[in-house]
Amino acid sequence: MALEDVCGFKEKLFSTLEDTTTSVHDYCNLEWKGQETSEKIPHHFFMPHFSQTNFSISRTPSPFGPRDRSVTVRRPFPLSHGTTTLGFIFQGGVIAAADTRASAGGLVACPAVHKITPIHSHLVVTSSGSGADCMLWERILIREIRLYQLRHRRRLSIRGTAKLLSFMLHPFKGTNVCVALTLCGWDKEDGGPGCAKNSEDTSCKTDDSPSGVISSATHSLSPNCGPQLIYVCSDGARLQGEVFSVGSGSPYAYSVLDGSLSWDLSKKEAISLAREAVFRATHRDAYSGNNVDLFLVTAQGWSQRRREDLKEEYYRDMERKAQKQQSGTTQVMTCKK
Amino acid sequence: MEYLIGIQGPDFVLVAADNVAASSIIQMKHDYDKMFKLSEKILLLCVGEAGDTVQFAEYIQKNVQLYKMRNGYELSPAAAANFTRKNLADYLRSRTPYHVNLLLAGYDDADGPGLFYMDYLSSLAKAPFAAHGYGAFLTLSILDRYYRPDLSQEEAVGLLKKCVEELSKRFILNLPSFNVRLIDKDGIHDMEKLTVSAV
Repeated sequence: MALEDVCGFKEKLFSTLEDTTTSVHDYCNLEWKGQETSEKIPHHFFMPHFSQTNFSISRTPSPFGPRDRSVTVRRPFPLSHGTTTLGFIFQGGVIAAADTRASAGGLVACPAVHKITPIHSHLVVTSSGSGADCMLWERILIREIRLYQLRHRRRLSIRGTAKLLSFMLHPFKGTNVCVALTLCGWDKEDGGPGCAKNSEDTSCKTDDSPSGVISSATHSLSPNCGPQLIYVCSDGARLQGEVFSVGSGSPYAYSVLDGSLSWDLSKKEAISLAREAVFRATHRDAYSGNNVDLFLVTAQGWSQRRREDLKEEYYRDMERKAQKQQSGTTQVMTCKK
Repeated sequence: MEYLIGIQGPDFVLVAADNVAASSIIQMKHDYDKMFKLSEKILLLCVGEAGDTVQFAEYIQKNVQLYKMRNGYELSPAAAANFTRKNLADYLRSRTPYHVNLLLAGYDDADGPGLFYMDYLSSLAKAPFAAHGYGAFLTLSILDRYYRPDLSQEEAVGLLKKCVEELSKRFILNLPSFNVRLIDKDGIHDMEKLTVSAV
């Protein structure tokens, strides 16, 4: 990327990783530019390798320690990872919802951030963690997916995207990179019988089954088409599931979702549930708030609902409660014997 | 937090793992599978640090498959276990050691069933029964007391149920369900998931 070049990002970052015998582990795909023989790249890309980063176990910096890039710049203010993002799958597609507050310590740094970013027409990603890291990795992901599409003339599946992202983040494990992304998308399988549920092909030769074992197929989710929801974080976790919520407000959101979520929700009900979950989380969590963004991903692509201010929702909720209480007290009086 | 258990019989190995994928205090998944199929008759059960488990296990898995493709025959369970241990040992004193605890269970057509215990410091031990996690503290004595080398499959499953019962009674964390698999001369068989209510 142009900014990288100007800042000299590449030289600093990858000169330390260079190895005389192996090709540079190029997670930003420098290698692709000048390569003639491609035999070196594929298996190195997927092999775990010696990186220069401090692993979290060895906390004390060693004198022969990592070079410049792992010494983190002192933060000017404390960062907290305040956010509420969630995603879930239902019969109508995948819903992704998030609040829009960016906090820095106790300050609301920005009340109108976009935490949900489209990657391509059928994939959006919700981000939580450090804002700058998320922005960067989203851009990197967009670039890599586009490059893949141009090179191979087909779109990478959501599971493949998640694996790619996970492998790109792996060298930074143990550093201060804090990125927790939920990929919400719809896989279109070309040349197959549409999105028919096929029996799991779990022979070890396939490299994109989540755990590589004979897994029991959950209803309509496991095969490589249809709605997908995958959580990827900079610790290295990569989980495929039906509902995920990430961030400081996630426990509050989970409790609302777990109560009412089911496969058969209508589109309206699902949207309303997602809104409610984010609203309740923003009410209780100090680091989430302001507005709620909502995206719906279907076979036709993603669509975005208008950003909604939760302050108004709060007042509406107060009114509803007041009304209920009024009718509730009259009920109680009539029930008394 | 996570729990693995393996019990070896005269002609089979029974293994089980819990199904929880957690992130701090939240259970992110209730149906997470911690077993990796290395070959037709070898399973690798892997718990530990978040990203390390999948990365390391998939690395071993692909390499075992590669061996088969290159040489035309599969690695035996003992060979696969030693290969895994060697990799753990190689990375142990690097800047990126893998913090994973493993059980490798397999059936060798020549040597019979085998259960191998490995931990993140790359120790390796062939054992008749083994467990990983905090749950191991509670269940190893049960295994010590009731294990016999000539257990039948039903008895082994009964022993496993005893262990799960004890966990649900005394373990502070909630592990609601367990994947169970059995390896014998015919390969890997999925068994009924053990849930706490059923036990």
